[in-house]
Amino acid sequence: MDTASNAPLIDIRNVVKHFGSVIALSGVSLTVNRGEVMCLLGDNGAGKSTLIKTLSGVHRPTSGEFLVDGRNVTFLSPRDALDAGIATVYQDLAMIPLMSVTRNFFMGREPVKGVWPFRFVDFDHCDAVTREEMHKIGIDVRDPHQAVGTLSGGERQCVAIARAVYFGAKVLILDEPTSALGVAQTSMVLKYIHQVRQKGLGVIFITHNVRHAYAVGDRFTVLNRGKTLGTYKKSEIEIEALQNLMAGGKELQAVSEELGGMV
Amino acid sequence: MADTTQPTADLSPAPAVKKIQDERLREVSFLTKIMRRPELGALAGLVLVAIFFFSTADASMFTLAGIMNILSPASQLGILAIAAALLMIGGEFDLSIGSMVAFTGLVFGAFITLSGWPLLLAIAGTLAVAAVLGGLNGQMVIRTRLPSFIVTLAFLFILRGLSLVGLKWATGGSTQMRGIGDQAGEGIVRELFSGVAFEGVFSWLAAHDVIAKFPNGQPTVTGVPVSIVWFVGFALLATWLLLRTRAGNWIFAAGGDANAARNSGVPVDRVKTALFMLTACAAALVAVLTVLDAGSTDARRGFQKEFEAIIAAVIGGCLLTGGYGSAIGAFFGAIIFGMVSIGLTYTRFDSDWFQVFLGAMLLLAVLFNNFIRRKVTGER
Repeated sequence: MDTASNAPLIDIRNVVKHFGSVIALSGVSLTVNRGEVMCLLGDNGAGKSTLIKTLSGVHRPTSGEFLVDGRNVTFLSPRDALDAGIATVYQDLAMIPLMSVTRNFFMGREPVKGVWPFRFVDFDHCDAVTREEMHKIGIDVRDPHQAVGTLSGGERQCVAIARAVYFGAKVLILDEPTSALGVAQTSMVLKYIHQVRQKGLGVIFITHNVRHAYAVGDRFTVLNRGKTLGTYKKSEIEIEALQNLMAGGKELQAVSEELGGMV
Repeated sequence: MADTTQPTADLSPAPAVKKIQDERLREVSFLTKIMRRPELGALAGLVLVAIFFFSTADASMFTLAGIMNILSPASQLGILAIAAALLMIGGEFDLSIGSMVAFTGLVFGAFITLSGWPLLLAIAGTLAVAAVLGGLNGQMVIRTRLPSFIVTLAFLFILRGLSLVGLKWATGGSTQMRGIGDQAGEGIVRELFSGVAFEGVFSWLAAHDVIAKFPNGQPTVTGVPVSIVWFVGFALLATWLLLRTRAGNWIFAAGGDANAARNSGVPVDRVKTALFMLTACAAALVAVLTVLDAGSTDARRGFQKEFEAIIAAVIGGCLLTGGYGSAIGAFFGAIIFGMVSIGLTYTRFDSDWFQVFLGAMLLLAVLFNNFIRRKVTGER
């Protein structure tokens, strides 16, 4: 048991995923520990999305090992991954704009009371929980009945993360949570990611913005053409080096010098 | 509230954690809260229509007998409209409801007259057939990922055609099947599905001169037609389901964004299939009620009811894109329908104005719903 609790939360080794003749992932290895933000960096087409979907149970890997808490697992559906404590906050948020904050917060995991067929959802309790959880992360929801569509992008992202944390996630996978946000909104989300780390959760933070990654990341894994180029601790690598690595070579540096600044 | 720095307008006594006061957000007003109810438009429409008929129609329209006259057709449409509303909130359409009424009417008639089944068994059998057909509709939509509009449009014709062919086959060439009412028999099951309810209450009321009665002491209205009781019961049940249960949340989620719902662990395909089955069963219920009422069934039963049901659902606040709407709104929508279609005969207007009115009402409702949706989601 001791070894299990010391084992990384997620440990994938040489994961390969083929879609017909397309090789989306050709040997990806990655670990995530408790209380750590692991940044997954890569340019478009590097295989980030496929990797996330594999981790969250949408796709099944063609080959490779997938360990959670030191145990081998096979996820058949997103539900399995959720039950194992791996929650994914998708780029499209998995939030429904027309539904209220409360209804979104509890979507798919509504607590029910009473005896079948008179089982009902205790929405008063749900409202109270939603309000409290929102307060904890500093979002003042005036009315938990207000539609999620009325929240700002940053707030929605935080609601999605708060929901995952509330429902007992051990690992959070955040798919480009800051890519569509302004500066203030981004700092709100980054602050919240830091808060989640302090609770002892493992976070996989996917982004192609090196600055955002460097602001909260503990370790960085760079993905290129379906392969891991390497994993670096924050102390081991400078932000410029990371950027170059991610862009896959010297080209960007050349452009950068040409333009007289950093891209 | 102990904390005096709290603004008095804040109705929520939330724990005094540091609040982020955003000056760009106004307090949620009472008006906004009302506006968030999807059935608001239908209720307002009902009030407007009632005022219109109050001022133009013969006074007999608003007597007890007149109201029953309005509610009878409204209840038959309403049962369909409520089911259609749930399905629309779940993000799908069913254009085969009207044909489903004709087809299940035939099935029910055949069970009674050809198979000679007892009424209860015939009703259960009819509902089972409807559930299978509804499930088939749902599975086709889910498996093919085609718009439900087109798949159920096909079923509109298939079922209507099957009803015609089946009727001719069963009756030896006629498009009407008679004698169902006579063979259905009497008893408690019959009472539940045809005739009137609460007769005792009505005769008591008549005896005490609360409601109108004939010279012989019989009340002019002997009771509430059972279809109205089913209609009200179904509306209450559907509203509870939608607003207070897990299934209700799943319906909103499946219609709002099927992918997001799936990612959150909502069994979207199961929800949608169940909704298609429910819609078909509602059509079967209407078939049983109307066939027992008329004593016969014919191939034109339920003709164009699919459009009327969808219109009532839209007037009731359902968005065509799914994820938003209410069952009680469809309830009001159906009553508006009944009031206008029957009410025009109480006025000096030509009843053919009905269709013009219907179209105008639909257009207004869609515009209003669109406005409300933008308000709710904060779009500009």
